[in-house]
Amino acid sequence: MKTIANQPSNKLFSNPGAFFQKQGALLALLLLIIFASIKYDNFLTTLNIMNILKQNSMIGIVAIGMTFVILMKGIDLSVGSLLALGGVMAATLSPYGIFVAVLVPILITTLLGCVNGWIIAKLRMEPFIVTLAMMIGVRGFIYAFTEEKTLSVVPDQKQFFIDLGNGAFIGIPNPVWIFVIILALASFVLHQTKFGRNVYAIGGNEDATRLMGIRVDRMKIMVYALNGALAGFTGIILAGRLGGAAQPVAGNMWELDAIAAVVIGGTLLVGGRGGVFGTFVGVMLLGVVLNVINLQGTLDSWWQPVIRGTFLLAIVIIQAQLLKQKSVFKKRKIES
Amino acid sequence: MQESNVKTAQFNPQFDKKVRLSSNREMVKTFALPIVILILFSLNSIFTDNFLAATTMWNILLHVSTTALVAIGMTLVIATGGIDLSVGAVMAIGAVVSTFLLDYNIFVIIIGTILVCACIGLFNGAIISYLGVQPIVVTLAIMIAGRGVAQVLTDGYLVSFSNPAFEWIGKGKILSVPVPVLLMFLVAIIAFIIIRYMMFGRYIEAIGDNEKAASLAGVNVKKVKMIVYIAAAALAALAGMIETARLAAADATRIGELIEMDAIAAVVVGGTLMTGGKPFIWGTVFGAILMGIITATFNMNNIPYSYSLVIKAVIIVGAIYLQRENK
Repeated sequence: MKTIANQPSNKLFSNPGAFFQKQGALLALLLLIIFASIKYDNFLTTLNIMNILKQNSMIGIVAIGMTFVILMKGIDLSVGSLLALGGVMAATLSPYGIFVAVLVPILITTLLGCVNGWIIAKLRMEPFIVTLAMMIGVRGFIYAFTEEKTLSVVPDQKQFFIDLGNGAFIGIPNPVWIFVIILALASFVLHQTKFGRNVYAIGGNEDATRLMGIRVDRMKIMVYALNGALAGFTGIILAGRLGGAAQPVAGNMWELDAIAAVVIGGTLLVGGRGGVFGTFVGVMLLGVVLNVINLQGTLDSWWQPVIRGTFLLAIVIIQAQLLKQKSVFKKRKIES
Repeated sequence: MQESNVKTAQFNPQFDKKVRLSSNREMVKTFALPIVILILFSLNSIFTDNFLAATTMWNILLHVSTTALVAIGMTLVIATGGIDLSVGAVMAIGAVVSTFLLDYNIFVIIIGTILVCACIGLFNGAIISYLGVQPIVVTLAIMIAGRGVAQVLTDGYLVSFSNPAFEWIGKGKILSVPVPVLLMFLVAIIAFIIIRYMMFGRYIEAIGDNEKAASLAGVNVKKVKMIVYIAAAALAALAGMIETARLAAADATRIGELIEMDAIAAVVVGGTLMTGGKPFIWGTVFGAILMGIITATFNMNNIPYSYSLVIKAVIIVGAIYLQRENK
């Protein structure tokens, strides 16, 4: 468990670089919220906050799965396609009842996630390229299967899907509930269980972890499967959000948004460091930025990607600098 | 003395075996792609009507040319162990910038556009090599922001124009060979010569194999990396201009969409390792052509495009699986 012992401490004063690297996104989010609530009257209303949460909850669920993968030094580009597959399968299977319509699509995407993991772990192939192929292939299958048309859930079952995507429980939209529950579960798994420790260990040093007797290959397959399951489930929620309509183009480019959110949240692409709370902050940060642009209203919608991209770039550059500084701190400590 | 003799005697046969084996693998690697292309080609010429016509050939190559150009730049980047997701966005910016320069001479258009886009490559390379941010994140950010910039510049509208001199790059022909195809082969030959016969090529390979060792051996790693990203952006700009000239319109939203993925696929199918190492320029070109032939086969037999995506995915995974032992 060397990696965990080596985790940078969270103390602000003993190690400022590490602190800001880990919590910088949270600070940025708080500053942005303070700025927005002073500047825009409509920002700090329940309706607006709920909207932000609701709009970003689905990308958030995908990003949680992605966090596990990235912590393990992998990457998964196929989530967008798996998400679309989840929705399309749910719509196709809806005549057979709710259980089939929800469980079978998740099973299918989990299985495809397993395939990703199996190829990556057992055949020792690059995660980037394996999941890229999965992304292209699954999207192609969806286009062929749906003939590029939007599929609709059968009327009998529509209400369940609409409730799932648009309903609310005690004033909080259902997707937000699901997001928060999954976030809590993921945080528990990551920090309190052997599974989570193994994820960090593999990201920190795969060979050492293997030598310690942890079944790295099985772990990898499980994490990619988990990611597939979360993507498929998100696809079902998204279909519900759109009133029971599953679009074959759903989730296009979501993988990149999810990766951006994970990276902004302080999870490093080199693996072994970060966590799901950071991802939550990253997702919210990107969401609030978008919301602020909308509230401002004077900017063309074309500016949105420009600002998001610039934001992402600025944050990763600052993180890289802080990480460098951190290693300087370490050296100083050794010298003194 | 005796001991060392014994050792060499023991090790030599194994060594020989290893060399022979690796050369066999090299053979497989070098010839697998052309053979697959040849098989597809002969199957097509039997089963697909009109496939053997010269126009079909040039059409396939014409469609492949932009992907191949982008993929050649991507080969250099991937050979250094990096990746460039921003090429599609750079293509869009190149397309838009070229329409701004339409009033000038054709050389001004081409050189101006390439210069502007090279600056984006310079930016990518500088952040990656001097600030030490990971290539995939930097170029992802530029990919998101870059397309936005192209859309802001055109307000999201399609900019159409009429400029015969400029359109020649995309539509023109020399001795019945389309200009983009000529450009593709020209760039491929130049890239091949640089990689094969110049120190710069060795530097790229050295960095891809072991960046630290290359740096210790005196290679200016940062400079080489910057040049590689600049080259990728410049080639993307060229591809963007070709596409714009061919359509006589710049569409910031659609030009170069997802081309980064196609280019990466072509590079990987062509034999260059994602982890860096020896770049295979012709492998990349053949990889792009293979993908083009697959698409053409499906189109000409009236099979929906979507099925070709599935086949492409299988081919990508299959190609990497065959190359995996070389690590």
